[in-house]
Amino acid sequence: MANADIDETNELVSFPIQRTCPFAIPPVYTKFREESPISQVVLPDGGKAWLVTKYDDVRAVMANPKLSSDRRAPDFPVVVPGQNAALAKHAPFMIILDGAEHAAARRPVISEFSVRRVAAMKPRIQEIVDGYIDEMLKLPKPVDLNQVFSLPVPSLVVSEILGMPYEGHEYFMELAEILLRRTTDEQGRIAVSVELRKYMDKLVEEKINNPGDDLLSRQIELQRQEGGIDRPALASLCLLVLLAGHETTANMINLGVFSMLTKPELLAEIKADPSKTPKAVDELLRFYTIPDFGAHRLALDDVEIGGFLIRKGEAVIASTFAANRDPAVFDDPEELDFGRDARHHVAFGYGPHQCLGQNLGRLELQVVFDTLFRRLPDLRLAVPEEELSFKSDALVYGLYELPVTW
Amino acid sequence: MKLEKNHDRCIGAGQCVLTEPRIFDQDDRGLVSVLVERPQGADVAAARKAVYICPAKALSLVEE
Ligand code: SF4
Repeated sequence: MANADIDETNELVSFPIQRTCPFAIPPVYTKFREESPISQVVLPDGGKAWLVTKYDDVRAVMANPKLSSDRRAPDFPVVVPGQNAALAKHAPFMIILDGAEHAAARRPVISEFSVRRVAAMKPRIQEIVDGYIDEMLKLPKPVDLNQVFSLPVPSLVVSEILGMPYEGHEYFMELAEILLRRTTDEQGRIAVSVELRKYMDKLVEEKINNPGDDLLSRQIELQRQEGGIDRPALASLCLLVLLAGHETTANMINLGVFSMLTKPELLAEIKADPSKTPKAVDELLRFYTIPDFGAHRLALDDVEIGGFLIRKGEAVIASTFAANRDPAVFDDPEELDFGRDARHHVAFGYGPHQCLGQNLGRLELQVVFDTLFRRLPDLRLAVPEEELSFKSDALVYGLYELPVTW
Repeated sequence: MKLEKNHDRCIGAGQCVLTEPRIFDQDDRGLVSVLVERPQGADVAAARKAVYICPAKALSLVEE
């Protein structure tokens, strides 16, 4: 068990790796997976990390308790400039906690997103989807589906789950848009983090005084019973749920609609038999695996992954995208195939941090695809495919705009 | 074959329930409950799949 010799004269590949084609994985991932599935890459701040590209190894990384998610550690890999300064404006998000601390933060919330709880939200999700389609039908054509539908739907769903007022959801969308925009600089990102923190603090405060039937009110009550309300932690929980719950889903809506409009044979499959939509959703999740930054970890000890030694103090990036295109696990991985059983994909991660809201995301996508194509059978792209602008330079893949008509 | 669960590990993502709702459920805390402790026939394959998919290694199928 030894690390491959690192030839310092060789230029290392920079991470994150940009996508060039919306369908194909950048060839460098495949080359790594075939030739040296754990390879060193260089991060934007000059730091180095091991990039892991095989499915089994990626799962092993994300399940290993010695590979830490705690971004408060000074040598934690930095992928976005200003990342730590922006994070420091908030009480730690559960996604950056390890072990018992992480379990303590996650435990009280998991029942909110159980399969049963999420299934019970379906009628309301359906109503929200239909409502935005009704509004869209009144607009002059073409429309940008992203702005009038893909972003507002998940954003309203997740705001309602939390118990955030409707106007709040619009204000939140504005701030989140700045936070996630490619041109926002470090200072801007920090400033918007402060704004978001203030807004979340206010939301928590209002809920303490005026509880309702929502996730936030239930968390407040739980904490009250257990001896004390941790306002900063609640503010971070709300922000995490909001951020994780809207842009990612919006990107998947856009990519799914784009795929089905450009590959009509796929659309025909779910139209002929909507019971196939859940499978199609998981296949879309596998195929696009939108978080391009992968899962970052810092080795707290020497760890062996796939026969390879990662030393204490080294940074590791598990590429869920590369894992989901691993031919050892998915036949013809470069094919978007709605007939495939892709449920074991790692687009939602793996290990203790696996996405808390994954079943909500799945259900939203399912309702959206079924409803949108049923109600707008003539839906089509309003611009040639080549004119679409993909988020190939962002940390989460998607489309900046999706002009459609019907 | 017996299906065992480990509540200390379970993270409540519900992957098992999504895989086979006849065999798994989530309790009111969101943690896994095993509805069919000794799966037979086709349920064995479904249970094995859930064991494989579970992100937290909270499930195991053990020989008795
Ligand atoms: S899949 Fe695993 S972690 Fe998730 S609810 Fe089932 S047993 Fe728990």
